[in-house]
Amino acid sequence: MSIIFVLIPILAALAILYGCKARLTALIASGLTLFLGFGSIFFWKADVWSVTFQVLSKPSIHLAMGFYDGMSLIMVLLSVLVLFTAVFAGKAPEGRQKLYYSSILLIGAGGLGAFLSTDLFFFYAFHELALIPTFLMIGMLGTGDRKEAAWKITIYLALGSIILLAGLIWLVSASGSDTWLFKDLLASNIDPNTQTGIAALLIIGFGVLISLFPFHSWAAPAYAAAPAPVAMLHAGVLKKFGLFGLIRLYPMVSSGMQDWLGWLIVLLLCNILWIGFVTINQKRLDMMLGNSSVMHMGYIFLAFAALVQAGGTAANPIAIPAAVVLMFAHGISIALLFLLTDVVRQKTGTVELAELGGLAKSAPRLAFLFGLAGMASIGLPGLANFSGEVLVFLSGFENYKGEGFGCVQVATILALWGVVISAVYMLRAYRQTFQGPAIPVTESAKDLSASSKTPAIILAAALLVVGLYPNSLLSLLKKPSCCSECDQCTEQADQ
Amino acid sequence: MPAYWLEAFVLITGLVLLLLEAFIPSRHKTLIAIGAIGAIVFALVLLFFAKAPDVANWEMARFYAWDASAKFFKGFTLLAGILTIVLGLDYRKTLSKFTANPESEDGTGEYYCLILFATAGMMWMASAKDLVSLFVSLELSTITFYILVAYMRRNVGSLEAGVKFLILGALSTGFLVYGISWLYGASGSTELSAIGASITEANSTYLLFGLALILVSLAFKIGAVPLHLWIPDVYQGSPTPTTSFLSIASKASGFAISLRVLEPFLNNPVTHDKTVTILSILAGATILVGNLAAIPQTNFKRLLAYSSIANAGFILLALASWNKGSDLTSAQIVGFYLAIYLIMTFAAFFILSTIHRNTGSEEISAFEGLGTRNPFLALMTTVIMAAMAGVPLTAGFYGKFFSFEAGVQASLWVPISIGFIGVAAGFYYYFQIIRAMYWRKSFDESPIKVCPLSRYVLITLTSLLIILGFFPQPILWLLQAA
Repeated sequence: MSIIFVLIPILAALAILYGCKARLTALIASGLTLFLGFGSIFFWKADVWSVTFQVLSKPSIHLAMGFYDGMSLIMVLLSVLVLFTAVFAGKAPEGRQKLYYSSILLIGAGGLGAFLSTDLFFFYAFHELALIPTFLMIGMLGTGDRKEAAWKITIYLALGSIILLAGLIWLVSASGSDTWLFKDLLASNIDPNTQTGIAALLIIGFGVLISLFPFHSWAAPAYAAAPAPVAMLHAGVLKKFGLFGLIRLYPMVSSGMQDWLGWLIVLLLCNILWIGFVTINQKRLDMMLGNSSVMHMGYIFLAFAALVQAGGTAANPIAIPAAVVLMFAHGISIALLFLLTDVVRQKTGTVELAELGGLAKSAPRLAFLFGLAGMASIGLPGLANFSGEVLVFLSGFENYKGEGFGCVQVATILALWGVVISAVYMLRAYRQTFQGPAIPVTESAKDLSASSKTPAIILAAALLVVGLYPNSLLSLLKKPSCCSECDQCTEQADQ
Repeated sequence: MPAYWLEAFVLITGLVLLLLEAFIPSRHKTLIAIGAIGAIVFALVLLFFAKAPDVANWEMARFYAWDASAKFFKGFTLLAGILTIVLGLDYRKTLSKFTANPESEDGTGEYYCLILFATAGMMWMASAKDLVSLFVSLELSTITFYILVAYMRRNVGSLEAGVKFLILGALSTGFLVYGISWLYGASGSTELSAIGASITEANSTYLLFGLALILVSLAFKIGAVPLHLWIPDVYQGSPTPTTSFLSIASKASGFAISLRVLEPFLNNPVTHDKTVTILSILAGATILVGNLAAIPQTNFKRLLAYSSIANAGFILLALASWNKGSDLTSAQIVGFYLAIYLIMTFAAFFILSTIHRNTGSEEISAFEGLGTRNPFLALMTTVIMAAMAGVPLTAGFYGKFFSFEAGVQASLWVPISIGFIGVAAGFYYYFQIIRAMYWRKSFDESPIKVCPLSRYVLITLTSLLIILGFFPQPILWLLQAA
C-alpha cells in the first residue's frame, strides 16, 4: 500500500506533462501525500502497509516498500511536509509550468521512494530519480551561476552514487544474503576485514551525497542557484538520504565503521568548524544558507560517530534518536529558510547582504518567520533543532564514565562551538537583512503573500511542535520495526 | 525444422529480393523493405520452433552450435535487422540523394537486401563454434558492412568511412587468420572445445599468443581499445541506419564470438589468470578512452560512437570477471547488457535521424530548443539519455549495475575504479543533450515533426526503457528460456 506515496507524485507528474493543470494537480497530489503521511502516524501497521514484489530473480531484487521502522516514518513525514510546502510556495515562470511542477513532484517522489524502500536496490535507485529533474531545474530556471552549479551537483552526485553502488554491491555479496531486502541483509554477518573496505566505500559514497567535508563543494552553489522548491527539497529531504542510509546499514558494518572512526571525526569537525567559518564569510544570503546546511550535517554525523564508538544501539540508545530528530528539524528549518530567502529575492531583487537592510519595517511577518527559522537553525530552545542538537551532544557523552575524554567527547566539545558560529552568521545575516534603516530596495517591499505565508506557517508550526514536544517524534521511533519483532508483537497482542 | 535453416532462409530471401529488385519500378522500392521486414519477422517466429540439428547425421555439426547463447544472439540480430530496415525506410530520402536521382528511389532497394545478408552472417556468427565457421561467417557480415558503410557513393564522408573501415577491417582479418593458424598449430584442431581440452602448461604460451592475435581482431569488431580508432569516423560518415546496425548488431555478434573464443581459455585454470589480466586491461582502457574522448564531442553521431566504445568497455568488465559472480554468468550479463543497449541505442539513432531530417544537422546544437519545439520528443530524448547515462529506474542502469556487480564479486578493483570515472563522465556528456534541449533557445522555433513510423518505434522503445527499469525480469526470461 505504501507504494502509493511514490505513485501519487509520479502519476501526477505524468498527468501534468500530459496536459492537466500544473499547479492544481501538483497541489492536490502533494496534499494527498501529506494527508496520507500524517494518517499513517495513526494507522501505522507494518504488515498492512508494506508491499513486496520480485522484479528480478537473479540477483533477487524486490520492489519492496513500507515503513521499515519509526525512522522511515519520520523521514516520510519530513518529505511530505517539505514536498507540499515546496509545491505550494513554487512560482513557475510563464510557459514553464509543466516542467516546473512535474520536476518538483519527481524530486519528491525520489525522496519518498528512497525512505520507503525496504529493498536496498530500490532504496538506492529512487534516490537517483531526483537527479535529472534537479539538473533540469537548476540549469533551466536557476539564478546566478546556474549552469556551473547544475553541472557540479550532477557530476558530484553521479560519482558519489556510483561509488556508493559499488559499496552496496560489495555489502550484499559479502553478506551472503540471497536477496537485497533489508530484513535479510541485516540478519547476516560480514567478515570484519571485508567490512573495513565496504565501510570506506559507504562513507565516501554517502559522504558525497551528504556533503561531508571534503566532498561538500557542490552543495552551497547548487542550493544558492536552485529555484526555491528544489533547494528546499534537496537540502531539506534528499540530503538526509545519505545519513539515513548510513544509520540503516550501520548494523551490518559496525566493526568496519569503527576502523574509520578517527577519519570520520576529523571530517565531521571540518564540516562543523571549517565550513562554519566559511559560512561566516559569505556575502550572500543564499550562499550562507547553503553553507550552513553543509555545516549542520556535521552534527548529525557526530551522533553517528557516537553510535559507531559505542558499537551499537544497545550501548548508546540515544544516538539514533538524536540523529533522526536533528535530520527532521534541520530539514524543516532549512526548507523554511530557503523559502523565505526566495521571498526576499522576489521582493527586493537581491540577496547580497550588503545591499539589504531594514526589511523588517516593510515586511514584519517575513522578518518574524525568518527570525524564527534562523533561531531554530542556531538551536534556540523551544524549537525543533534544539531538541536534536541537545540529544546529539548528550549522545556524545552517553558512555562517559568520568575518566579521560575519548575522541568522540573531544569532538563533541569542539562541536559545541559550532553553535556559537551558527549564532554569529545567522544573527549577522538577520541584522543585515531585516534590521537597521530601510533602504530604497526594502522600503517598497511588500510583506508575505498568501502563497508563501501558508507553507511558511506550516513549516514554522512543525518546528514549534517538535521543539516544544520532541516526544511527538521520539515516540514514533519506539514503534517496532517491520521484520521479526513486529510479528512477535502481533502474536503477543493476539494472546 | 533444424536450426540452420534460419540462416539459409534469411540469406535466400535476401537473394530473391535482390533479383526482384531489378524489376520493381523505382517508386516502389519500399516493397523490398517490407518484404525484408516480413522475412525477418517470419524468421524470428521460426526461431521459437527451431530444433537442434541432428548431430549424428549432419557432417557440418561440428561447425554449428545450438544453445542458449546462439538462440539469444540470433533473436537479437533479427530484431536489430528489423529496426535497422525501419530506420532505413525513414532515411531513404537521404540515401537516394547520394546514390541516384534524389527524386526517385532507384538506389535504395539493394540496401535492404544487404542488411539481410549481414543479418544472416551475424546469425551464423552466433552459432560458430569452430574457428573455420567463425572466420567465414565473420567475413560474410564484414564484407557486407564494407558496402553498407560506403553506400552513399556520392557523399565524400561515406566514401571516406568506407575506405577507413575497409583498410582496418582487412588488417584485423589478417590478425584473425594469423591467430587462427597459431591456435591450430599449437593444438592441432580448429574446434574451440578441442582447443580448450588441449591446453597444457607446455603449449599455453603459443595458444595465448594466438588468442591475443584473435583478440586484436575481436577488439576491432566490438570497438575496444586499441582498435577503436575507426569507430568515430566510420560511424559519422556512414548512413545512419548502417551506423546503428554496425554499433548494435555487429558489436553484439562480436561479443557472441568473443564468448565462444574466450570460454575455453577462461575455464582452463592454466590460462585463466592471464586471460583475465588481458581482458581487465582491455576493459579499463576501453572504459577510460571511450568515456573521456566522448566529453569534448559536439557531434551527436560521434558522441554515440564514443558511447558505443564506452559501453563495450563495461561489457568487457563483465567478461573479465568470468563467472565469479554468484547470480548471473558472464555470458548472461553480456546478453543482458546488449539487450538493453539495443533498446536505448536504437532509440538514440531514431532520435538522431528525426533531428537530422528536420534540421539537416547531426550536431548537438541541433537539439537546442527542442524542449519547446517538440516537448514530447524532448521528454523521450531525456529518458533515453538518462538510460544511456545509467540512471536507475531506467533499463540502462541494469547493464552497468551487472557489470559492476560482476566486477566487485571478482575483485577487479582497478577497472572498477576506472569505471567510476567513466560513469561520472557519462553523466556529463549524455546530459549535454538534455542541456541543449532545455537550457538553450534556438533561433529557429519551428516545430519538429516526427515520422509516424519513427514515432511508434520511439514510443515503444522509450516505454520499454521505463518498464524494464522497474521490472527487468523479462530479459532474464529471454536469456534463460533461449
